[in-house]
Amino acid sequence: MNYPGKGLVVGLAVTARNFVGSYFYKDRLVTVQYPEERIQTPENSRTFPFLVFEDSPDKPRCTACKICEVECPPKCIYIVMDRDEKGKPRQQPKVFDIDISVCMQCQICVEVCPFDAIKMDNAYEKSKYERFDALVERLPDLLKPNTYYRAIKPTEATEVDTRLKAEAEAKAAKKAAAAAAAAAKAAAAPVTPAPPAAPAAPKPTES
Amino acid sequence: MIAEPSTIPAGTISTQTLEISIGPQHPSTHGVFRMDVVLDGEVVRALKPVVGYLHRNHEQIAEKMAWLASMPYTDRLDYFNSMSNNWAYALAVEKLAGIKVPVRAEYIRVIMAELSRLQNHASAIGFLLQDCGAWGTPLLYAFKEREKILDFFETVSGSRMMCNYMRFGGVRVDLNDAMLAMARKIVAEFPKFLDEFEKLMTTNEVVLARCQRVGILPKELAIAGSISGPVARASGVEYDVRKVDKYGVYDRLEFGVPVGPVGDVYDRYYIRVLEMRESIKILQQALRDIPAGPAQAVEVKLRGFKMPAGDGYGRIEGPKGELGFYLVSEGGPKPYRYHIRPPSFINLTVLEDMCIGHKVADAIIILGSIDIVLGEVDR
Repeated sequence: MNYPGKGLVVGLAVTARNFVGSYFYKDRLVTVQYPEERIQTPENSRTFPFLVFEDSPDKPRCTACKICEVECPPKCIYIVMDRDEKGKPRQQPKVFDIDISVCMQCQICVEVCPFDAIKMDNAYEKSKYERFDALVERLPDLLKPNTYYRAIKPTEATEVDTRLKAEAEAKAAKKAAAAAAAAAKAAAAPVTPAPPAAPAAPKPTES
Repeated sequence: MIAEPSTIPAGTISTQTLEISIGPQHPSTHGVFRMDVVLDGEVVRALKPVVGYLHRNHEQIAEKMAWLASMPYTDRLDYFNSMSNNWAYALAVEKLAGIKVPVRAEYIRVIMAELSRLQNHASAIGFLLQDCGAWGTPLLYAFKEREKILDFFETVSGSRMMCNYMRFGGVRVDLNDAMLAMARKIVAEFPKFLDEFEKLMTTNEVVLARCQRVGILPKELAIAGSISGPVARASGVEYDVRKVDKYGVYDRLEFGVPVGPVGDVYDRYYIRVLEMRESIKILQQALRDIPAGPAQAVEVKLRGFKMPAGDGYGRIEGPKGELGFYLVSEGGPKPYRYHIRPPSFINLTVLEDMCIGHKVADAIIILGSIDIVLGEVDR
């Protein structure tokens, strides 16, 4: 049957069904009342990066190797390596800034990090009242414990922990093997006289 | 029909043309886009698109950074379809570097590209009907469905729209069983939405009156203007890069290329509905046939990626048309030249031809039917 205005009537029936259905069917009512209700974000969900530390925030996994600083597409990471009094590098960052107004949440820093030190957070409520300094995350803001990482991304964190543990064990085993080999070599080899201790002091020149 | 001013007896009223500027900040222009329109009464006599308000210098920026670092920037071209954009760029780089992609990764790419086509077309026709004056309702129905696909993208890649998902030689995250089940559920439910949407719109008298015989793009002009995608196919040009190039695993999948009879706004609306139905067919086959195996070629390194010298052009059938990346390499860590062929921008070139002689309100829906995204037009 075809009558003038049929399309309109059918269309209105669809709207009416959706309107009434939203009171009875969950799949027709898809929105939530945001501040009171929240949708659980998926585990892979990512917002901004953070730095992982194992036991204490003084010893982050980050070694300040600056690979992420170089690879970051919008160049929003700034790192200064920490040095002791003698100027020797301490293999950890003194300054680690991420400008989250520049960061585009691309996850490339996480992918290139060889130490599993930087990971993506999933906290999305990051609004600030100030425009400039508040949007730069400093080292203390960025450092978060490994337990936090395990809590937000269980699967990924387990994978990382297993891998790091295996690497550490392999390293320890290699070290032990090397030590054992060295000991065996030392035991097998004849005792050699110790090399001369230090180069002789420069002779005073005759002037 | 259009009342020609010439029907008014000469000499009775003196008239003059009116020049107005639609946009750049206008909800109907789909972003920051301006149309300088010359009107004779209500009839468009000339129309000049003005672009560049969202120019971000993407091509030059990409020439200053590593090959991989441009990948997240491609998300921001056509921000509705970051998956397709990623694929086009990865395809160009893989062609240039001679990287072989594992079969599973190719299937995952097809799944992602077709899902983004679904959500792009759903929102495109939603916006088109919004431009027709159907305030909110069809757009929100489309967005409700689109949200399910975006949730899937977030589950897989971590982000709803800026996915940054594909890598040279594969994809970043392999699909596990739960993700595949989620995709299958979306694909199974999508036809229901399409049926409902069509009931709402396809035979609606207002839509027919507004869209039929409006903004006709002749087949010859579509070919001459190198128009691609649904706009060209609505005008009867049977051209689909998926069929022509058979990139990825599209040669293993069966699907049709719908072609429109007239090339008016209504055809461009309906061709998108038909394309969504074809996409569902592709998705069903891809989700059925997806093989086991690695999702990333292991020999491709993330850091220190070495590219041989030469040039390459990778193109895909994006939801808006043919999206191409032309890359020139000198063998260094950065591209020497990085050029994008954006479908939205090239499809926009025939806007004036389609609008002349129609009313100013029709110019809005003609623009809506091209389905532009300003992130891609201005780059």
